[in-house]
Amino acid sequence: MEERRIRVLIAKPGLDGHDRGAKIVARALRDAGMEVIYTGIRQTPEMIAEAALQEDVDVVGLSILSGAHMTLVPQVLEKLREVGMDHVVVLVGGIIPPDDVPKLLEMGVYRVYGPGTPTSQIVEDIRKAVLHSASSAQLEPVP
Amino acid sequence: MSVAQALLQGDRRALSRALTWVENATPEGEELLQSLFPYTGKAHLVGITGPPGVGKSTLVNQLARYYRKEHTPLKTVAILAVDPSSPFTGGALLGDRIRMRDLAGDPGVFIRSMASRGAVGGLAWASGKAAQVLDAAGFELILIETVGTGQAEVDIARLAHTVVVVQAPGLGDEVQALKAGILEIADILVINKADRPGAAEMARTLAQWLPKVEGEGEGEPSWQPPILLTTALRGQGIPEVARALESHRAFLQRTGLWQARERDRLEAEIRERLREALWQTWEARGGRERLEAMVQAVLQRKMAPQDAVRRLLETTSAQP
Repeated sequence: MEERRIRVLIAKPGLDGHDRGAKIVARALRDAGMEVIYTGIRQTPEMIAEAALQEDVDVVGLSILSGAHMTLVPQVLEKLREVGMDHVVVLVGGIIPPDDVPKLLEMGVYRVYGPGTPTSQIVEDIRKAVLHSASSAQLEPVP
Repeated sequence: MSVAQALLQGDRRALSRALTWVENATPEGEELLQSLFPYTGKAHLVGITGPPGVGKSTLVNQLARYYRKEHTPLKTVAILAVDPSSPFTGGALLGDRIRMRDLAGDPGVFIRSMASRGAVGGLAWASGKAAQVLDAAGFELILIETVGTGQAEVDIARLAHTVVVVQAPGLGDEVQALKAGILEIADILVINKADRPGAAEMARTLAQWLPKVEGEGEGEPSWQPPILLTTALRGQGIPEVARALESHRAFLQRTGLWQARERDRLEAEIRERLREALWQTWEARGGRERLEAMVQAVLQRKMAPQDAVRRLLETTSAQP
């Protein structure tokens, strides 16, 4: 009876209202057998961290097209830490200038995806990352 | 500190993890349910069901907001929102939170999305267990939003104390609603999107078809399910729905039906667990190997399935 599914939160922080990319990714992950919680547009970092906590997700995918990623991503990571969800795999998708990518990875983002990334790539990365962290982060006791 | 202790002290991370364990049917989850059981039985479990697109999530959002901000007394609210899993991939898109953003940042609210994971009754296999966990965590009102139901998904009637069936005008003639077994489980009927044409007429027609629930014992009052019109998107009619929920709860408690429903639910749980335990005991006594031999015999038409079952019970039940 025991069954475990990868749970992913797809969120759009910030003010841009263009969520087509986020929906395409959400659907691809669903079709890959994952449980995808889609929260819609204009989410604050607090809302994203709270949803990640309540839903106990393995992965948070952030879609950012507004150019505000260097402000928003650190805020989301900080809020995730505050609620004790710093073990989740964080992915960022959107229009991210190449210079910013290493900075985001440095902050703790697992992967950054630009336009045109095949969704199969994202699926594969998530599976690898969650499998890898499953033994360590998932089983550590509640502080 | 154990997860159960942390949960009982209001740790939301512990609660969230507990729900995952229970949902995944892990041994930790079973242990947790066992230790939390003494703390359950306090919450009012309310099911919100109805066809897709009638506004269940919006209604749940508004009800929770009302109970947190305006109702006397204020109540803490947990929400279990169930959406369907794909029967092909097992994946699911859980989108009910989109309509629940008003509730963000309130520590008196906890929202959890659940995929149905192959269950077909409008709930997930673990919905009842998840509700027990939220009950133990001290939430006073638990709103359980079912999968957008078609016509026969009535599991919620077994789980909830109060079932709110939501309909909306313009989704087909009222015969569609009447065909649905879901009208028969309604303790409260809400016609949402009441600003649309046809709402009042729909209310009149459905009024003729709602059943009456008898109280226990002679001369007890019976419950006539009210029909309420709401426009949940604009918050209209929400206080009336909350009032109906409270009167239904009072009715159940006054008439002993609360206890009766509780009793039925617990008996069902014991039966289910007993069935599972018997099966496991039988397997542990080597039932599985004998089963294969019997399948072969049945396949070759050497015996009927009925004879196979009788033989299997004889050969595996004698000695412990």
